[in-house]
Amino acid sequence: MSREAILNQVRTALGRSAGEGIAEPPAVRLRVADVDSETRTASMLRAVEALAGKTARAATCEDARAYVAAVLDGKTAVASNAPFLRECGIVDLAGVQPGFTDAAALRAQCATAQVGITSADYALADTGTLVMLASPAEARLISLLPPVHIAVVGKDRVLSGLDELFTILPLPAEQTSSMVLITGPSRTADIEQILVRGVHGPGEIHVVVVG
Amino acid sequence: MSVAFDEKVHSTLADANLQLAIYRATGRLIDHRKQAVAATALPDYQELRTQANAIKRHTIEHLDHYLEQFEGNVTAHGGKVIWCQDATEVADFVLGLAKARGAQLIVKSKSMTTEEIDLNERLEHHKLESVETDLGEYILQLAHQRPYHIVAPALHLTRYDVGDLFARTLGVANETVPEKQTLIARAVLRQKFLAADIGITGANFLVADSGAVTIVENEGNARLTTSAPKIHIAVAGIEKVIPRAQDLAVFLKLLGRSATGQALTVYTSFLSGPRRAGEIDGPEEFYVVLLDNGRTRLLADRGKRESLYCIRCGACLNHCPVYRKIGGHSFPWVYSGPIGAIITPQFLGIQREPSLPFASSLCGACAEVCPVKIDIPKVLLDLRAEVKQAEQRSGTNRLERLAFKLWAWVMCHPRIYEMAAMAAAGVAPAGDGKWLRRAPALMNLPPVRAWLSQRDLPPAPAKSFRDLWRKR
Repeated sequence: MSREAILNQVRTALGRSAGEGIAEPPAVRLRVADVDSETRTASMLRAVEALAGKTARAATCEDARAYVAAVLDGKTAVASNAPFLRECGIVDLAGVQPGFTDAAALRAQCATAQVGITSADYALADTGTLVMLASPAEARLISLLPPVHIAVVGKDRVLSGLDELFTILPLPAEQTSSMVLITGPSRTADIEQILVRGVHGPGEIHVVVVG
Repeated sequence: MSVAFDEKVHSTLADANLQLAIYRATGRLIDHRKQAVAATALPDYQELRTQANAIKRHTIEHLDHYLEQFEGNVTAHGGKVIWCQDATEVADFVLGLAKARGAQLIVKSKSMTTEEIDLNERLEHHKLESVETDLGEYILQLAHQRPYHIVAPALHLTRYDVGDLFARTLGVANETVPEKQTLIARAVLRQKFLAADIGITGANFLVADSGAVTIVENEGNARLTTSAPKIHIAVAGIEKVIPRAQDLAVFLKLLGRSATGQALTVYTSFLSGPRRAGEIDGPEEFYVVLLDNGRTRLLADRGKRESLYCIRCGACLNHCPVYRKIGGHSFPWVYSGPIGAIITPQFLGIQREPSLPFASSLCGACAEVCPVKIDIPKVLLDLRAEVKQAEQRSGTNRLERLAFKLWAWVMCHPRIYEMAAMAAAGVAPAGDGKWLRRAPALMNLPPVRAWLSQRDLPPAPAKSFRDLWRKR
């Protein structure tokens, strides 16, 4: 069987025997910057804008709802089941379809909807990244199939960067089958290195920070 | 140098448009990387490189342990690990699974590992449709070409090439604007994603403590490949494993910056197993194919083992003065540039293209930009030694050895050397320094011709150094 053959070849190559212990691996290297919440939020929004994403600061849920309503402006949308979107009343906006629990129905809706609305589990200040964990609250396709993605995130969710993410989430696989980091709109430069946005994922991304 | 290698090099050098395309594309990637790793942008860049190298070294030295840990965690999350020694075993697995599930359409995201084993061709041979979905790879699949560069696969094609290609193969109007061409590809591929039965990806990292596959990309095609179909198969070389999810904080900071100058690529997916109870979407089956295909042979060589640390960022290609002239298709296999020059002979055997380790000026730019600090020039030198040792064993370099013996003998005997120098000076006319190549008898000897096509002996000076020294 190939499993044993490959493992045996690896062990022979390394001069190791089956079940042999290992040396101590290099210490984990995580440096969490001590940055206050306001600075983190400002940095995150700047980074999103630098990637041609659109941003908004909303003092309250009502403000966030008003921003999303203005972006929608009659477009059809799918919203995730994130409690935050319900709290902010975003799921009740005209044209918004929330509450999908069935994969096939969600997929059919996402394939035609013009906008996908989600929250995010975390956001990263230094790179302008949204961190999305698949769960009953967040599906994978809402932030992927529609040409526009709006993410509404609480200010307390903004972390300094990757190091802080992996400090508070050392084993993401214990929580989800899929953690996706989203940094700006979908893009390519495969033809003559000319930047084109919106290849397979959304070409337009809005990040709204509430609080 | 094989005839094929020689011909491809010369046709690339003679193509002015191609030279400009390579020069511009790699130049832009060089600039982007330079800004991204500058001290102002990433103050701890060198520390991160050192850490990345230490993690890779540790993992490769204990590879069996981490592969078993990875397998255990994939299984614990409801996935399955398939161990394959070569291309045939991978194709057999995919074909068997496709048959069992009645699958006909496969979508693929960019993967050098599947290029390495010609997976598309093998699947299509068995009447499965396997569609590349990265824009560059899709273009190449339509054009029946292999990638020109690890991260910019279609850098050698112009938008006019793409316009003609789309018109010819897709039956659409000939569009020459990249935005419009991208929309054409998006529309075609979107239907493929929604209809596909199986999604096949590569993997940038296999995370042992999580049983997770990590994939970085910019377009969203890898996300679609791993989210829309019911089955996800990731094909990865066994060297892709890293110990901990937390190590990604090091590697992700280096990979995007080294490849395209991005702090992070647009999408980074961390996937462990099929979708779980309660999760709304995602694949129902999750497989990771662990591929050997020559890697364990390489692993056995302690001195060159570090070749397996590579994270395929492509920075060494962009910075290589040889790659920037001869391009990606001159190289004998799917991996090009400095990293291709060291792993191709080790994966396929040195006889595949014995001149490959010599196609380098050993300037060291590759080692300087390598995010995991592979000492590529050192490995090239080791490979050169191997080529020469093999020639010695087979006796194919008798003439060369004789010439060097003669040379050594002359150099060790000052009187003989002086006489030889005087004789040479007597024959060599003063002038343009192209005298040897005007000697027809010499030029008819193939090895001499190859050598002299780029070089000649300089004209002899009126007085030799020894003369001047004596009369000082």
